[in-house]
Amino acid sequence: MIKKLAMMLLAASLAAGSSTLLAQSVSSSLRGPAALNDEGPAPPMQPMKNTAEKEVRNYPEQPPVIPHSIDGYQVDMQGNKCLSCHARARTAESKAPMLSITHFMDRDGQFLASVSPRRYFCTQCHVPQSMANPPVSNDFVDIDTVLSHDKPGGKR
Amino acid sequence: MSSADIPQGTGAPTPEKRLGLVRRAWQFVLDLIDVLLKPSSIFGLGVLVLAGFVAGVIFWGGFNTALEITNTEKFCTGCHEMKDNVFAELKTTVHFSNRSGVRASCPDCHVPHNWTDKIARKMQASKEVWGHLFGSIDTREKFTDRRLELALHEWARFKANDSLECRNCHSAQSMDITKQSPRAVEAHQRFLFTGEKTCIDCHKGIAHHLPDMRGVPGWQ
Repeated sequence: MIKKLAMMLLAASLAAGSSTLLAQSVSSSLRGPAALNDEGPAPPMQPMKNTAEKEVRNYPEQPPVIPHSIDGYQVDMQGNKCLSCHARARTAESKAPMLSITHFMDRDGQFLASVSPRRYFCTQCHVPQSMANPPVSNDFVDIDTVLSHDKPGGKR
Repeated sequence: MSSADIPQGTGAPTPEKRLGLVRRAWQFVLDLIDVLLKPSSIFGLGVLVLAGFVAGVIFWGGFNTALEITNTEKFCTGCHEMKDNVFAELKTTVHFSNRSGVRASCPDCHVPHNWTDKIARKMQASKEVWGHLFGSIDTREKFTDRRLELALHEWARFKANDSLECRNCHSAQSMDITKQSPRAVEAHQRFLFTGEKTCIDCHKGIAHHLPDMRGVPGWQ
């Protein structure tokens, strides 16, 4: 008898649970108000950041991000549009930063005369920036901020 | 008996006819010149002048209409060499689809707009008809092999006429650099407005894919 009552209670609670699940509209900030089985409207495409200003790296090893638009830039076997400005010989005219010496290094650490083939495809590491608002914020803190916590002048 | 007669009868005049073909043609030309030089005995001078004027209008108009037909995107992409290679590449660029819907078609960039230069270019283009007939770029491989040579021709033409076909639409006077990105402002102020460089010096490969750029000035 007690066993039967327990079964009924369990069934009732399950039913109640499932009904509340159904009643709530399942949504997250990422996918918007569209139901799970529906495809919501695509958000409008955001413009790319298009300035000439250098962006600070978040950590020393970070490949610098591209602060300008690279629409239509051809980087393939035939040519590399990025190098039209960022190559060593072109930087005086373009005022663009020269690609770093590490890009001349082959995998054995030997410096070559020009860009190493393994560093040729710029967008493998360097990416342009979208003006979109990230749906999930980032609480990354750079190492200088972390280290400064201990310093006399640092934030407490 | 009769079979021997026939070659005799036909054999004798044929060599005369063969010689006469050239002679008769020459005689026709002479007669024609004679007729053209003689004053008309039937038509009045006014009729002749008017007929000449009307015929002139028709021929000139017809010539220019035919020329304009060869100056359309439809005509250019009538050959698969253009349709499958350069036209297919153009479709992904800003000169084909963009926010304002203004669109450049083949002759806007590749044929000079003023008459004398247009005729000169059209005469050069007869070489391209030759190339089409003999299939000099009739496969993708053949096309990519010759792409640098073809591109160099166009770059040289743009360089020589100070990128005239670009400037038919993009005038430096009407360019509002405050609406441009900071990099473009800098580059245009330093190189375009001073006349130090012309459009094609920096803007190569904006409408079609690039050839092998090794050794091209400004490229690595």
